Amino acid sequence: MKKELQVAALENGTVIDHIPSEQLFKVVSLLNLDQLSNSITIGNNFHSSQLGSKGIIKIADKFFESGEINRIALIAPNVKLNVIRNYEVCEKKNVSLPNEITGIVKCANPKCITNNEPMTTSFKVIDKNEVKIKCKYCERVIAKEDIIIK
Amino acid sequence: MSKRDLVSITDFSKEEILALLEKAKKFEENPNQRLLEGKVVATLFFEPSTRTRLSFETAVNRLGGRIIGFSDASSTSTSKGETLKDTIKMVSNYADLVIMRHHLEGAARYAAEVSDVPVVNAGDGANQHPSQTLLDLYSIYKTQGTLENLTITMVGDLKYGRTVHSLLMAMSHFKPTFNFIAPDELRMPEEYKTFCRENHIPFNEYTDFTEDVINQSDILYMTRVQRERFTDLMEYEKVKNVYTLHRAMLENSKDNLRVLHPLPRVNEIDTDVDDSPKAYYFEQALNGVYARQAIICTVLGL
Ligand SMILES: [Zn+2]
Repeated sequence: MKKELQVAALENGTVIDHIPSEQLFKVVSLLNLDQLSNSITIGNNFHSSQLGSKGIIKIADKFFESGEINRIALIAPNVKLNVIRNYEVCEKKNVSLPNEITGIVKCANPKCITNNEPMTTSFKVIDKNEVKIKCKYCERVIAKEDIIIK
Repeated sequence: MSKRDLVSITDFSKEEILALLEKAKKFEENPNQRLLEGKVVATLFFEPSTRTRLSFETAVNRLGGRIIGFSDASSTSTSKGETLKDTIKMVSNYADLVIMRHHLEGAARYAAEVSDVPVVNAGDGANQHPSQTLLDLYSIYKTQGTLENLTITMVGDLKYGRTVHSLLMAMSHFKPTFNFIAPDELRMPEEYKTFCRENHIPFNEYTDFTEDVINQSDILYMTRVQRERFTDLMEYEKVKNVYTLHRAMLENSKDNLRVLHPLPRVNEIDTDVDDSPKAYYFEQALNGVYARQAIICTVLGL
């Protein structure tokens, strides 16, 4: 059976595929897509054999730096990135957690200095597979399910 | 040269810890050394702690330094909403060293980042209290003659007790064996047990506080079992006297065994232990001044 393209084709840009549906809008906000003037197509609740339901984002004329895109690994570690040039997929990328996460995550500890002082948060990634991060300040270890995106 | 801070005990390597203990020994032999002549030390106690503040201020005085600061944040501009950053920026212009205690966790790490002068953490909430750890290490070193291959038994609140966690991390350099004795609700957290396993440090866990375990130990580290730590008060009533040390329990213990406690104690060490030659908790507190003299000189590169 021929698989139909679920969203209109892109000439140049990036397709972010296999986003878990419930994380789609968080991904949009983590990548600050609302501040871009590029054409963006966002689709959600498409059928996925792996995820059940997935979201896709297509952004015209946008190519991410790895530091910029890796931040979504926190909430959607299995997304696939297709870099499109001239209607062709010229590169496929996975995202991977950086060693350090600065400014995106809120510390889960209410008594942490970062929740009581105007300052940037910072976490060390101590387990990339299980997604465990450790606050640089209060040293609290935060597991994947407790990670709060600012 | 990069600035030296002491925020967490893990900021110091094994060699640095040993060098610091040697320094503390020198200060014990000769406490009055005017190494801080002409220097100003700020003691910023955003959260009051008379015991810790007096120990640090004694250390500074013995070194001939001058002290500025406060013992309670309610008298400062912090209570008017000044940020920690602004307070530290101001004070680090005046002083050569900042010693601070704060009720918020991570406050000392942040202060060290914004300060131009070294910062020593005198306790940040439930997080770290490295000068307590170094005085514990000095007490162990002094009474045992070594830090290597000791059996250390920790008793009481091993879940929330930050002193036992820091001591565990610090001792991990020295091939220890640990016994953890605690009620079920206050057991050693999994992350520290995982740390032991990863570093091949043997440990045993018990809920009963028995002479069997005491008799194997070189160090008996007692902590308070606090009522407010229990979700189930029935449970507290059941265990509150189970983790109390009595003199009779030390009868067949090793000659070199010493009993430590970060103080203040409530009822976890019966006063009949105080006269035992194995009771070491009051001397332990005095060792705090020497350890803090050594800490101050180490971070200032003196
Ligand atoms: Zn934190």
